[in-house]
Amino acid sequence: MRILLVGNPNVGKSALFSRLTGIHIIASNYPGTTVEFTKGYMKLGEEQAEVIDVPGTYTLEPTSKAEEVAVEMLKDGDLVIDVVDATNLERNLNLTLQLLERQVPVIVALNIWDDTRHRGINIDVAKLEELLGVPVVPTVGVTGQGIKGLVRRLPEAKVPKTAYSGSSSDERWARVGNIVSQVQSLSHRHHTWRDVLEDVSDHPVGGVFIALVVLLATFWVIRLIGESIIGYVTDPLFEWLWTPLLMKVSLALGSGGFWHSVLIGNLIAGGIDYFQSFGLLSTGFYIPLGAVLPYIVSFYLALGILEDVGYLPRLAVLMDTLMHRLGLHGYAIIPTILGFGCNVPAVMATRILESRRQRFIAATLISIGVPCAALQAMIIGLVGQQGGQYVAMVYGSLFASWVIIGLILNRIVKGFSPELLVEIPPYRLPPWRVIGEKLWLRVSGFIKEALPIVLSTVLVVNILYTLGVFDAIANIAAPIVSGLLGLPKETVVALVIGFLRKDVAMGMLAPLALTVKQLVISSTVLAMFFPCVATFVVLFRELRTRDTLKATGIMVAAALIVGSLQNLIL
Amino acid sequence: MTMHQGRQLTLRQMEIGQTGTVIGILGGRGLMRRLEALDIRPGKKVTKVSSTLFRGPVTLRVDNAQLAIGFGMANRIIVEVG
Ligand SMILES: Nc1nc2c(ncn2[C@@H]2O[C@H](COP(=O)(O)OP(=O)(O)O)[C@@H](O)[C@H]2O)c(=O)[nH]1
Ligand SMILES: [Mg+2]
Repeated sequence: MRILLVGNPNVGKSALFSRLTGIHIIASNYPGTTVEFTKGYMKLGEEQAEVIDVPGTYTLEPTSKAEEVAVEMLKDGDLVIDVVDATNLERNLNLTLQLLERQVPVIVALNIWDDTRHRGINIDVAKLEELLGVPVVPTVGVTGQGIKGLVRRLPEAKVPKTAYSGSSSDERWARVGNIVSQVQSLSHRHHTWRDVLEDVSDHPVGGVFIALVVLLATFWVIRLIGESIIGYVTDPLFEWLWTPLLMKVSLALGSGGFWHSVLIGNLIAGGIDYFQSFGLLSTGFYIPLGAVLPYIVSFYLALGILEDVGYLPRLAVLMDTLMHRLGLHGYAIIPTILGFGCNVPAVMATRILESRRQRFIAATLISIGVPCAALQAMIIGLVGQQGGQYVAMVYGSLFASWVIIGLILNRIVKGFSPELLVEIPPYRLPPWRVIGEKLWLRVSGFIKEALPIVLSTVLVVNILYTLGVFDAIANIAAPIVSGLLGLPKETVVALVIGFLRKDVAMGMLAPLALTVKQLVISSTVLAMFFPCVATFVVLFRELRTRDTLKATGIMVAAALIVGSLQNLIL
Repeated sequence: MTMHQGRQLTLRQMEIGQTGTVIGILGGRGLMRRLEALDIRPGKKVTKVSSTLFRGPVTLRVDNAQLAIGFGMANRIIVEVG
């Protein structure tokens, strides 16, 4: 038995999915959070039923890639839970009627029921049920209200007797209008805090002001929280607990030899230096847990709040004009912002863009100009030691490249870029529990996925180093790296390792005693040069081979040009 | 469409806060379909909420939903204001 959750974007499908299956997945207050389906299971009587969270769609005649996925999946469903936003009945029912025309049993979840009252919307549920000919259950995805009733009535889902198959869209809208006029009545609504806030952020000048305040505050909070976690939690833990333990291990291993260099690495001035020692247990643990994790926590906390409040689509509207120049539209800002966490979900999120051209440009620009949180944490850690202005140079170079390459791609990439057309969700006050669950989901995801890869990368580095492979690579690439970029030939090794993990690659720069200028150049080049392997895999999946190769060519060329320019100018 | 009843404008030309009825969309089938899916279609009442500087999007209210529409598209949606 396969149950599909189908509905418009941003109506609470993912929230209901979490409630039904107990599996927590990312839900956010903007259209397009779920671009790929997620599968889970629930008990239905004695049976184990599969539940699928389908990407949101306004219509069964798809207009974007995410919508195509949704329509494709409908073919394999045994039962559809049609999730309807009770505060936008008319538009949502149009999809409902399209679903009812397919020969598949449907039950309607009338979600966001809690919001109807203070919006002055009254819906006669029994009447709606009668007119549609399928069960209708009011639900509240964020609190779980009504979910039991929904589950209890699942077996009643059916294909209505009065299904009008193959009706034209005008006929369908007429039927929707007829139903809405019979079941919905509107009463006076109160002007609330969010009406005021929405008015200000929609105002052309007020909106820009709010955007600046929001973005500055976000950066400030991310830094403050990240630094505090490092200063008060992780560094003390490493220093007072982990270091003494490692020193004992080091002694037990006789302070040298093969195992010592793999596990502990080099002792620096008789002790462990978490950036330089490069053993599995020293640097291998410190990079993901000590240096990167604190910023993952602070970044995703800030992102989660921005997402759930519903601010991002408003930012998209403000950014639209700039993004147009880059061959995109404002909504591309959402994958871009996700990229500051991790490029993998960011490239996947480019599916919310309508055309292939937009997806190519967006994915390429993200891979070039948007450093992930892990890389940023290491840049802040290493380059930041030398002074904030150097960190600013790296970010400035990346931002300039992002803009300039976008301007160029807009000129040369063939194809069509449709304009922005998107729903702006209402501001919502997200419950802290929801924010916390989402943060935990992303942080534990990072630990599960990144830790093993970081450890393997450090291991590989050690083995290749012992085998002398690195010397060979360094010698081959020396002319480019030294000649063009003005870097010592050993930095090549770090660039190569950047393919596995960019944070580890940054860590490999630490022992090289680079000048500040070299540090700026190598971090910029490392960020732009090549995506990490995980991003590379999704690029292949999203763009196909030819476009991925093109994108990669652009990245390599851009990195070399920007690095050489920095070498000349700085 | 009945004529002489009100002024016909594009969304772009509407004033902020003004309400009008969509009477036509100048554009191909694809555009019509995208707009229709969002419940912007002839006969529908829309209220302009804001416009953005530098040829940016127009935002509208349609029933309870708020939508942002790119500059070019906003120029191709014709409304009649009373
Ligand atoms: N007030 C209210 N908010 C909800 C409800 N269900 C979901 N939300 C919020 O609406 C937004 C969209 O939910 P999500 O599950 O991501 O929607 P999806 O795009 O359909 O998967 C999120 O911010 C949710 O927290 C509900 O019943 N009431
Ligand atoms: Mg979702």
